[in-house]
Amino acid sequence: MTQVVININGRDFAQDVAPRRLLVEFLREDSGLTGTHVGCDTSQCGACVVHVDGLAVKACTMLAIEADGTDVVTIEGVVQADGTLNTVQQAFKDYHGLQCGFCTPGMVMSAMALLKENPKPNEGEVRNYLEGNFCRCTGYHNIVKAVMAASGQDVSRIEPV
Amino acid sequence: MYDFKFVTPKTVAEAVTALSTEDALALGGGQTLIPTLKQRLAMPEVLVQLAKLPEMLGICQNEMGQVCIGGATTHAAVANGAEGYPALAALAGHIGDPAVRNRGTIGGSLANNDPSACYPAAVLASCALIKTNLREIVADDFFHGMFETALGEGEIITEVRFPVPHRANYQKFVQPASRFALVGVFVAQFDAEVRVAVTGASETGVFRWAQAEAVLSSDFTSQALAGLALPDKPMIADVHGSADYRAHLVGVMTARAVTAATV
Repeated sequence: MTQVVININGRDFAQDVAPRRLLVEFLREDSGLTGTHVGCDTSQCGACVVHVDGLAVKACTMLAIEADGTDVVTIEGVVQADGTLNTVQQAFKDYHGLQCGFCTPGMVMSAMALLKENPKPNEGEVRNYLEGNFCRCTGYHNIVKAVMAASGQDVSRIEPV
Repeated sequence: MYDFKFVTPKTVAEAVTALSTEDALALGGGQTLIPTLKQRLAMPEVLVQLAKLPEMLGICQNEMGQVCIGGATTHAAVANGAEGYPALAALAGHIGDPAVRNRGTIGGSLANNDPSACYPAAVLASCALIKTNLREIVADDFFHGMFETALGEGEIITEVRFPVPHRANYQKFVQPASRFALVGVFVAQFDAEVRVAVTGASETGVFRWAQAEAVLSSDFTSQALAGLALPDKPMIADVHGSADYRAHLVGVMTARAVTAATV
């Protein structure tokens, strides 16, 4: 067992872990932050996307020990200071970008990473960036709309595909 | 996942020492190795982390104009930082998905030599040089078939040096579930020759398509490829595409790459 200290959403979490402990297990089971989901556990679906030192990564395909000393942001850490939804989260709600909601934490974290890199993505860029996030309910259309709306763009002319 | 010991070396020399122990494996970005460990398809005693070694990070251009990339450099860093070789940056920017690109490394991809990986096509078509802790290996000698390379036990890719062609392009026909190449073709035009490397198609891993290189060297247009016999290689056949389909795609993607390179 090795002691790992990870700063999650601004707070240090220290835990003795086996080297094989995954980051997503550290978040969910050791730190009690169950907003980050495990969908496929094979790096395909993106439900477990979190930001490690500012970069979107799949927490099911990174060891907790690799994240030792890093700053991690999870879905629990992105609400506004007053507890209300941030722009991306609110847009998912407003544009019905979720149905069952299982993929949503990963979708929001990926969408936020995209908007940091590219503040006004077009539809193709959004679809391309969200390639590693699966949604089995929405058909993606409203997710794309939500992300574009969150970036301040007019989405009234985006037609269903 | 079976348990293992985790080692975080500070230098390449320390990493080499750590890898000399029995059943030690190098961990790059882990985007292949961690899924492999989860399936218990590998059982290392020791995992040696290479991702944070400062000697193996970064992108620069040397006095010969070659683009030099540290072995632990992520795909995202190459996509954003290899301005000196736009076709290579574009290839790196389409590997997997953004989250995978933030972790996966060039050295890890090449050492693994997945027959459907993108980087081997760029390395072979560019006639890149692979530097390890022990020696320099030219691309033509590096790839030894599916998941096999010239690397010895515990040998680490510290840097990859790409000569920059006049014109180059990579075209990938994506297998949509895995986002690996069903077939990918990298075309590179140099002073003396044109090189064409194909990934995803053959059971023997990445290969050069000699006949296409010959015709493109005298006439670098997609029309020059018309009627050319498809490469005589044992093609991969699976649920995603038959051998004939893949062979056909090699021709199509090569023509597209030449067209895109000449725009």
